[in-house]
Amino acid sequence: MAAASSPSPTFASQSTSPSPRPAFLFNRPFLPSPSNLSFSSRSFSSSPLAPLRCFPFRRTAITVPCASAEVSSSAKAFRGLCYVVGDNIDTDQIIPAEHLTLVPSNPSEYAKLGSFALCGLPSSYTTRFVSPGATKTEYSIIIGGANFGCGSSREHAPVALGAAGAVAVVAESYARIFFRNSVATGEVYPIEVEDRVCQECQTGDEVSVLLEEGGGRLINHRTGKEWKLNPIGDAGPVIEAGGIFAYARKTGMIPSEA
Amino acid sequence: MAASTTICPSTSFIANKNELGLSGFVTSRLPCAKRFGGVKPGRKVVAVMAPPQKAERLPATTGSVKNAMTMTEKILAKASEKPKLSPGENVWVNVDVLMTHDVCGPGSFGIFKKEFGQNAKVWDREKVVVIPDHYIFTTDERANRNVDILRDFCKEQNIKYFYDITDLSDFKANPDYKGVCHIALAQEGHCRPGEVLLGTDSHTCTAGAFGQFATGIGNTDAGFVLGAGKLLLKVPPTLRFVLDGEMPNYLLAKDLILQIIGEISVAGATYKSMEFVGSTVESLNMEERMTLCNMVVEAGGKNGVVPADSTTFEYLKDKTTKPYEPLYSDGSARFLSEYRFDISKLEPLVAKPHSPDNRALARECKDVKIDRVYIGSCTGGKAEDFLAAAKVFLASGKKVKVPTFLVPATRKVWLDLYTLPVPGSGGKTCSQIFEEAGCDPPASPGCGACLGGPKDTYARMNEAKVCVSTTNRNFPGRMGHKEGQIYLASPYTAAASALTGYVTDPREFLQ
Repeated sequence: MAAASSPSPTFASQSTSPSPRPAFLFNRPFLPSPSNLSFSSRSFSSSPLAPLRCFPFRRTAITVPCASAEVSSSAKAFRGLCYVVGDNIDTDQIIPAEHLTLVPSNPSEYAKLGSFALCGLPSSYTTRFVSPGATKTEYSIIIGGANFGCGSSREHAPVALGAAGAVAVVAESYARIFFRNSVATGEVYPIEVEDRVCQECQTGDEVSVLLEEGGGRLINHRTGKEWKLNPIGDAGPVIEAGGIFAYARKTGMIPSEA
Repeated sequence: MAASTTICPSTSFIANKNELGLSGFVTSRLPCAKRFGGVKPGRKVVAVMAPPQKAERLPATTGSVKNAMTMTEKILAKASEKPKLSPGENVWVNVDVLMTHDVCGPGSFGIFKKEFGQNAKVWDREKVVVIPDHYIFTTDERANRNVDILRDFCKEQNIKYFYDITDLSDFKANPDYKGVCHIALAQEGHCRPGEVLLGTDSHTCTAGAFGQFATGIGNTDAGFVLGAGKLLLKVPPTLRFVLDGEMPNYLLAKDLILQIIGEISVAGATYKSMEFVGSTVESLNMEERMTLCNMVVEAGGKNGVVPADSTTFEYLKDKTTKPYEPLYSDGSARFLSEYRFDISKLEPLVAKPHSPDNRALARECKDVKIDRVYIGSCTGGKAEDFLAAAKVFLASGKKVKVPTFLVPATRKVWLDLYTLPVPGSGGKTCSQIFEEAGCDPPASPGCGACLGGPKDTYARMNEAKVCVSTTNRNFPGRMGHKEGQIYLASPYTAAASALTGYVTDPREFLQ
């Protein structure tokens, strides 16, 4: 558990703003969060006055111990426990095929997918991403090696990670479909790092991911080490608009929400 | 667009091939680009050499150095209505065909309705192809429900191409059911040169064998395409693979792609296009080309392409009447890298557990005892794949030493097993040869156990076993059990291994 006054991932403990709100969800034009993408069939307000991407199932205050991503007031940082994996973590390890009968756009099945996140990892991973019996993870940040998310195009992969409570993956490189799906759904931020951080961090370390203009930083609070993160780059106009659907609405390609 | 006559020069016209926008690498047989706008059988299409286009400079016919593009760049340029594209550009691409199946369809439809409205209609009811194939023959309720969800959506949207299945006890009782999506797409004429095909499955890249841009996308992207008919894509740079030399009689396309993946690794082609050219590629039939392109994603590739030629056009003759326009890399197009292989020097390969790039010579694994053999999937369950396996069983005349599972990709393949005569067998069919060899009888067509699936899936690996498989991935747990060991191999190698009970080089039987 992060040592913080406010473990809930929704509220920013260091926020200068008085009222609690999903602080970390706005003001990040360069991040791949389709911020206006009301994900799946969670019926949230589609009025223009509620522009924020809202994830009621995983971002609202949760009383069970779970991934706590503390967020700073600039809403560009995550802090929480990290879970470390190696290279070539393929989609079968992220969400084994037998669970693909779960439909992500169905709210109860979405939550179930989260409970199976990374259950395909071999038994050599003695600490599991989601503890047996739990439905959510304690680890909000996943640290990986090269080619994270390789294999299938199943969108269930980033969805399962997000549904479990992860907010970001920090890895050396990504397989393209996984990266694309992460961006399109906004479930997890696929952040790139050049250093071999998966060998310098241990599962359970408290880390911070700071996303800044032109790049960012990963900080391991246990060791004090810091690494540079690559800027998200790619698909700029789409990300700025807030995802493919928001972009398409903005440019008139599709009519506004029916 | 004007139906311009495309060009089929004979070798005597090579001199100006750059002006004709033809690839400079094609050697023996130049592609004959015939336009098929509803060609009836018996009517001869005479290909003529057209004068250089003056009016509309379509990407295919511009050959000027200024606009030199690779095949993938050209296809995306045409689909995004831009005269020129360079790798790295993000463009909005018109989609010709969107495919989905039972695993990702429900999620994609859910997103479509959420974003475009409960009463929204898909952008084109004839361009969406819905193919249940993944978890079909199972009692898993959710899996069955997912096929129902497909049906409800297709009914409501009046989707033209929905290969439905309602009677799970007998696939033949379902007039529309086909089987594995990528093979069904090809067999039903949905793959055409020069087009853009997107699918909610990583092996959508298989269709690149037809000289089109084909790649896998997720549910959200698919939901978007369902409504908008287009998608934002980044133009990939192209890696060129030149495969030359006569294909030895013990090698198949699977060996070629395993060679390449082993060479460049599972991330060697990430975000890139893989273009396959050379005399060996030209000698491959369509199904072998499909195998080649199928595993492009295993190298991280965005898409794979094989230039369309007479083999392609011949295959398409009886499958589609839609006109298409093949596109080819310009002679001066820029490729990121070029790899050359002398195929005649290659040997049968396997990919050892647990990665498709864990390449090894089959003969060096001859001490690996195996528990079972699986022949199936979009990668290795086509008619050609079964014919190849049958060839090895025929040559041996013996029985298999381990359970050998046969899962034809589609209903057409299943039929072929029972009707096509195996060369050199005196008129026997594949099924007869398989029966004599002691294989399990061919199962209902579909994806089967390639990706594990629900627990009751036929041939699923429910215990830690060692399996030689003609499938495409062998990451931990791929076919079910996390400790299962999967050796990816060609149908020749799989059949040879079944006969010995060990990983076996097919030359033991084919020479």
